[in-house]
Amino acid sequence: MHIMEGFLPPLHAAAWTVVSVPFLVIGARRIARISREQPRAKLLLASAGAFAFVLSALKIPSVTGSCSHPTGTGLGAVLFGPSVMAVLGAIVLLFQALLLAHGGLTTLGANIFSMAIVGPWVAYGCFRLVRPLGVGVAVFFAAMLGNLATYLVTTGQLALAFPDPVSGFAGALTKFGGIFALTQIPLAVIEGLLTVVVVNLLVQYSRDDLDEVGFDRRAGLGLAREAVR
Amino acid sequence: MTRNNLILLGLVLVLVVMPLLLPVTGGLAEPFSGADGQAQAAISDAHPDYRPWFEPLWEPPSGEIESLLFTLQAALGAGLLGFYLGLRRGQSRPSKRVNARDPAVRPVRTSADAPD
Repeated sequence: MHIMEGFLPPLHAAAWTVVSVPFLVIGARRIARISREQPRAKLLLASAGAFAFVLSALKIPSVTGSCSHPTGTGLGAVLFGPSVMAVLGAIVLLFQALLLAHGGLTTLGANIFSMAIVGPWVAYGCFRLVRPLGVGVAVFFAAMLGNLATYLVTTGQLALAFPDPVSGFAGALTKFGGIFALTQIPLAVIEGLLTVVVVNLLVQYSRDDLDEVGFDRRAGLGLAREAVR
Repeated sequence: MTRNNLILLGLVLVLVVMPLLLPVTGGLAEPFSGADGQAQAAISDAHPDYRPWFEPLWEPPSGEIESLLFTLQAALGAGLLGFYLGLRRGQSRPSKRVNARDPAVRPVRTSADAPD
């Protein structure tokens, strides 16, 4: 989903940056509040960022014969709410733009919008909606659809900037969608499964931290624990 | 829980390996190339006059250096995540050594056990 350096016209690059900045400010303030009021949760927050670091480094083959990568932003979104992921995802994207020439500084705003804003918000909303079907199911669909949403946004961003000379915006949407969307489906499933694995480990070993950040309450895990007692 | 996780990781492995075994790359000039690069190529095809107006400040000088930095990215993330889970696992169950020192757990030797 990385739009390469210089591959958005200046106006588009500036517009996506302007859209992303408020989310970054809100995310940074939320992170500052978490480290002030819930110091115990800081390490969990760093781990959510670390998960995005690992997953977005893994380029995985897909059934379309091309490779793409997961985003890893769904985990932090369901644990902390979506706003913190704007900052954590931006750090990942900045690392890749500066050290790997993957993505870029001019396209950073657009890439932050898809991977670090829309993906986490879709993941969080999906988690809330699907939660009644079970925590594991909800985490799976949250991470999977968050990943897909990220790639759909990238598709839309490219189609807006580069409408097809013949078939226009719709044609470009189909073209870029063909490159990203189909490739991404199995990878989105992989991201969903891996996120469930990490949440399972957290539930097993890190109940106090989940309680601290309110995930226990949101996921209804606290009630289950009471019932067991 | 551990069993569930192993099943999930098994599924992940199947999904990763499956495309490599299926004949999905037939007719592709460059099998398993990156989707990001393909999108870039599609832009250049449809809009041959578009010139990127900004270049990356620095590019890894070779594929080796690039793979070094990608590995570094994954290693940093995995290292921190592993540290966190290991730390909390250690904190969540008291170690056996602590138990052994606890008089309630350690079998108390009394003089009755001692041979005469």
